[in-house]
Amino acid sequence: MERWAEQELHGWGRHPRLPAEVARPERRREVRAALADRGGKPLLAHGLGRSYGDAALIDGGRVVLTRRLDKMLDFDPITGWVRVEAGVTLKALIETFLPRGFWPPVVAGTWFVTVGGAIASDIHGKNHHADGTFADHVRRVEILTASGEIVTCDAETEPELFWATVGGMGLTGVILAADVKLRPVHNAYFEVESLRVANLDHFFEVSADSAHFTHTVTWLDSLATGDAMGRGIFMRGRHAEPGAEPTGGALAKLAAKLSPLLDVPLDLPDWLMNSFTMRLFNEGFYHKHPKGVVRGVQHFAPYFFPLDFIRNWNRGYGSRGLLQYQLVVPRDPEHRVIREILGAVSGAGMPSFLTVFKEFGDSTHPWLSFPRPGVTLALDFPNMGSGVHHLFDRLDGLVADAGGRVYLTKDARLPRETFRRMYPDWTEWRAARDRWDPDHVFQSALGQRLGLSGD
Amino acid sequence: MSVLILGATSRVAREVAQRYAEAGHAVAIAARDEDEAKRIAADVEVRREVPTRALRFDATDFESHPALVAEVEAALGPVEVTVVAFGDMGDQEAAEQDFAAAKRVIDVNYTGAASACEAAAAVMQPRGRGAIIGITSVAGDRGRQSNYFYGSAKGAFTLYLQGLRNRLHPDGVRVLTVRLGFVDTRMTYGMETGIPIADPAAISRQIVDAVERGADDVYLPRFWRGIMGVIRAIPEGVFKRLKL
Repeated sequence: MERWAEQELHGWGRHPRLPAEVARPERRREVRAALADRGGKPLLAHGLGRSYGDAALIDGGRVVLTRRLDKMLDFDPITGWVRVEAGVTLKALIETFLPRGFWPPVVAGTWFVTVGGAIASDIHGKNHHADGTFADHVRRVEILTASGEIVTCDAETEPELFWATVGGMGLTGVILAADVKLRPVHNAYFEVESLRVANLDHFFEVSADSAHFTHTVTWLDSLATGDAMGRGIFMRGRHAEPGAEPTGGALAKLAAKLSPLLDVPLDLPDWLMNSFTMRLFNEGFYHKHPKGVVRGVQHFAPYFFPLDFIRNWNRGYGSRGLLQYQLVVPRDPEHRVIREILGAVSGAGMPSFLTVFKEFGDSTHPWLSFPRPGVTLALDFPNMGSGVHHLFDRLDGLVADAGGRVYLTKDARLPRETFRRMYPDWTEWRAARDRWDPDHVFQSALGQRLGLSGD
Repeated sequence: MSVLILGATSRVAREVAQRYAEAGHAVAIAARDEDEAKRIAADVEVRREVPTRALRFDATDFESHPALVAEVEAALGPVEVTVVAFGDMGDQEAAEQDFAAAKRVIDVNYTGAASACEAAAAVMQPRGRGAIIGITSVAGDRGRQSNYFYGSAKGAFTLYLQGLRNRLHPDGVRVLTVRLGFVDTRMTYGMETGIPIADPAAISRQIVDAVERGADDVYLPRFWRGIMGVIRAIPEGVFKRLKL
């Protein structure tokens, strides 16, 4: 019998907050016991809770925390394949294997992500155009399915369960373990270049010219309009060559210490993140950047995980929480759709604090995995109520009309009908899931909202 | 030289294993759940690149304990540190209904722990070196109605460790008593404690530190020494009326 503790859970956006009965197994037979002992209630795995909205929540259901399932089971230093339990984090992989010259194949904007979560969200990173998603580098995913059977699956074995699980938001079962192929690297550093892009056309020019960089991303000034629309700082990088030494002063030294040093201990007052402070941030970073290309060698921590240095940065948005919106739309020659979208954002008068823009590569996975060829834009806002929601509704229409979609891992509010337009093959996903979980044992608040579970 | 962890599926024990492996020691991982012992041993080996061995260990199979120590020594070299970390809180109510359940709690937490320590002491004493770490509990400091079978067994183990330390001191074998308060483990998960719960990794570092500085008897987290001082000071005439 598992011990179930009543808890209110929330995602990284801290909205919504939903009650559940929560178990924290330390070994796999306890996970099986939790499935057997769920008392007819829906069940859901929950990693570190870094999805933003309601993906890892289930109102009144039962939740299995996977964070204590964190054993590393095997490693082959010749090939870089490592077998880990689902609760092992990207941070643990980096701390364990970077000293031996290996790096995770794909990392998100935070290293506080479990391997199980990385598969369930099929995370992508700055190297999507070069290396695809996390699922492109995993095999032998072990899943505790609704029948109580542990099934091992990947692109070759039980591919249906594998692809239903990749980006499947935890709705096919509890991921227990997986093999992940680490990438050999020479050191902890990245050769990085950054440059201003003056507008959208310039962005696409630079993006096309940057194909030889494995990592690209752009911080966008979401308020710029007219000829300046799409301006920002384009950053591109690659793993450094042997013998590279970090350039730059204090930040690099700080990063070398490797642990998050700053903490945002309490909720900052809501007024701190207002339009004015965000305008300062948006314009500031653009004008602060010198003209021309700035080259440097950066430690991975400020390069990949700058926000992890402020451990609870989500609390900076105050008690009301934050809302993220990440979309991808297919390429179109005149960039008409993305112009409309950026116009809607700047026109709404609600600047997004951190706006991230990137061209995805062509690698795609079926069904619910998010990345598609095209451009992706991530916006984040304090939960300022109806204004933000109206903007999101407006963006939903533009994105769906263009054949695009939003990232479910960041979503807390997408209407069901819009989801179905954005993910038209959701019915195939559901049919596959129904073969593995006909009674919908595994459910989430997100799944119920989007009609992935239930009637 | 090697480190033997008995009851390695406890989170504190697993973290202690990681600390010794970090320092380069070979580690033997022994637990009743052999399958899980293998996974924990694999974890230590993958993370720290030290030799490990997984063994099935049954606390109440007393006769098997010397052979287990011999097996570890044959595989990994002389045992320098033995950590006796297993324990079973049992179910107090069930133990009151059925003495077999009570006996099992006593057998695991006291008799088994003493037997395992004797097996380790038997190889360490002639060599004149080594350390035995006994993980006991603040529950052993005073009997309470809510867990007195577990508490009395742990209290007996605490007394046993005092005696063993006294016996082995002339030979240079150290014995460390660790009285654990609330640590964030399976045992305390979901409890409404009202008292801060300690991180197992932090506790493991404090245990290794305590061995290295030659401590005899520590409360971890340290503030539990104060709490238990107060609880022990309550006169029995008052204490017997409390709901604890």
